Amino acid sequence: MTIRIRELSKVYKLGVERVHALRGVDLDIGKNEFVAIMGASGSGKSTLMNVLGCLDRPSRGVYELNGKPTHRMGAAQLARIRNEEIGFIFQSFELLNRATALKNVMLPMIYSRRHWRSARKRAKAALDRVGLADRMSHKPNQLSGGQRQRVAVARALVNEPSILLADEPTGNLDSVTTHEIIELFRQLHREGQTIVIVTHEEEVAANADRIVRLRDGRVLSDHPTAEDPIHRRWLAGAAAAAAEAALKEGLAEGAPA
Amino acid sequence: MILVRIAIQTFGLALGQIWANKVRSLLTTLGVIIGVASVVAVIAALQGLRATVLQEFEKLGAKRVYIDGTLPRSQWHSGRWRDVQLKIDEVKAIRDRCESITSITPEWWGSYAVEYGDRKVAAAQTVGIWPTWHDIVGRQVIQGRPFTAIDDSERLFVCLINDKAIEELDLPREPVGEFILLAGRRFKVVGVVETVQLALFGGGDTSTEVFVPFGTAQVLNPDGWINDAWGSLASPDKVGDAKAEIGFVLSKMRNLRGGDEPTYQIEVLQQFIDQFNAMAAGITAGAGGIVGISLLVGGIGIMNIMLVSVSERTREIGLRKAIGARPMVVMIQFLVEAVTLCLAGGAIGLGVGQGLIMAIKAIPDSPLKDASVPAWAVLLAVGFSAGTGVIFGMFPAIKASRLDPIEALRHE
Repeated sequence: MTIRIRELSKVYKLGVERVHALRGVDLDIGKNEFVAIMGASGSGKSTLMNVLGCLDRPSRGVYELNGKPTHRMGAAQLARIRNEEIGFIFQSFELLNRATALKNVMLPMIYSRRHWRSARKRAKAALDRVGLADRMSHKPNQLSGGQRQRVAVARALVNEPSILLADEPTGNLDSVTTHEIIELFRQLHREGQTIVIVTHEEEVAANADRIVRLRDGRVLSDHPTAEDPIHRRWLAGAAAAAAEAALKEGLAEGAPA
Repeated sequence: MILVRIAIQTFGLALGQIWANKVRSLLTTLGVIIGVASVVAVIAALQGLRATVLQEFEKLGAKRVYIDGTLPRSQWHSGRWRDVQLKIDEVKAIRDRCESITSITPEWWGSYAVEYGDRKVAAAQTVGIWPTWHDIVGRQVIQGRPFTAIDDSERLFVCLINDKAIEELDLPREPVGEFILLAGRRFKVVGVVETVQLALFGGGDTSTEVFVPFGTAQVLNPDGWINDAWGSLASPDKVGDAKAEIGFVLSKMRNLRGGDEPTYQIEVLQQFIDQFNAMAAGITAGAGGIVGISLLVGGIGIMNIMLVSVSERTREIGLRKAIGARPMVVMIQFLVEAVTLCLAGGAIGLGVGQGLIMAIKAIPDSPLKDASVPAWAVLLAVGFSAGTGVIFGMFPAIKASRLDPIEALRHE
């Protein structure tokens, strides 16, 4: 099991108020799974994402990543886990504007003990893998949104993380580039990469194997995508809408006849 | 290991940033530039002044050491002056064993009648010397020759005289080869010793002087004693060493124990050097104040720009942490940036200070013509600027290292 979470809760203090962001979450994610985490804002999905990414520590409960008890680790150890085990992809890319695509992808290896000698070679390979072999010396402002997110994906992949964590990766992209990035994720998944993606778009979640829905800090449902009732309803709705659109189009075409 | 690598990489990146923001960097480091330039200029100027002053002292005899035997006040009633006077063996021992003394001469003083033809000086100052006397005291033989070792060891009746003696005895203007009577004995004049007029040390009317070899002097008066000895220091700043060495040799030869009062005294023109050193210390302290203030102001400038930088780059810090930068690594990164900025300022300051010194040296007859920036001042300047970077960069760097990555990534 890549991720094993038991009884995980997270409490924030907002002034005198205590906010229960997570209230006892149990979750297992296996190797090579592609999981979508969904939920309304305030459902706790961002908090869960932060804990999964070792950016935040749970107040209570167990989070084991590849058998390592991260809930017992200190800041420096967590930093190392983030560096070696986790690849982050953010909604707003978070690239360094001063640096070229290649330098951006090399960044995680600066903080790594394992790969810094081969950083350049590895970064080139990662950029090649996301289809940006010809854009290595471009700076982020010379790249399109989709290309920027590809650079970010390359950066996330470069240290060969055991999980790829994407937080609304298509939130800042138009539908064409969204499709591109989703395709890239599917390709990585086919190549064996474990992927956890936080999204509120059923369209994006449709590509995952499994959908975990959160509400009020608890797991509301956890089904394979094809069996998820909400997703099925959405699929039906989408199919109906498509049929309606096709019908309208057909009527419009048929009208003169 | 990883910290060193990060530090080196950051140093390169920071240099690039400084170059990319030349004007901003220059203004930010102005305080450091002024501080370093002034410390370098003041140190170089003082070095120059010191060289000039020491050269003056050398002319006046800063290298001269005066040694004589003396009776401590507590023994004035019980002891005899005669017993504490320098012995020739002691003078030789100082010559042979004190490394900081390059040469030495004993002085034997007497007063005898001198006659030439029908002219007579009733009480002419008569001094028994070694040939080294001329160099040590700075009065050379301007006619004829100085004494030789043979003059001394064979106790030959030869003498040197001064201009006043030529005048008083009505000797020919070139008296070498003439014979005079000194204490009723026939002495051959072998040379003339120059008369030196010094404004500060001895001057006024000179008297009739006759110099004889030290060995010969003891023939004139077998009961006479060595009045004193003059030594010459290897260099003016060897005063402390010389005093210690001479003291050691004399104490040992006189069987003085630790608590005994010395029966000799050693004098140097030290007080002038001390005065100068005090003045130099005063100037250094004053300059230190200026440097301190400008480095403080410079440091605050550095801190300000680093705080702005941390705030501007909050998201970047968040990202770096998210992809695995430890808090320590982030701190080192910002600290190295601050230090690099200060070092760049320090380098410019060094250049400005060097320029100031060159300008001062270009002034004709400047007493600072020997001013130059010593290597240790360069190191000091580098140290000061790096220190400023560390001290004032620490707070922003710690601030950056403590940022919560989640908060930082949400920062607008």
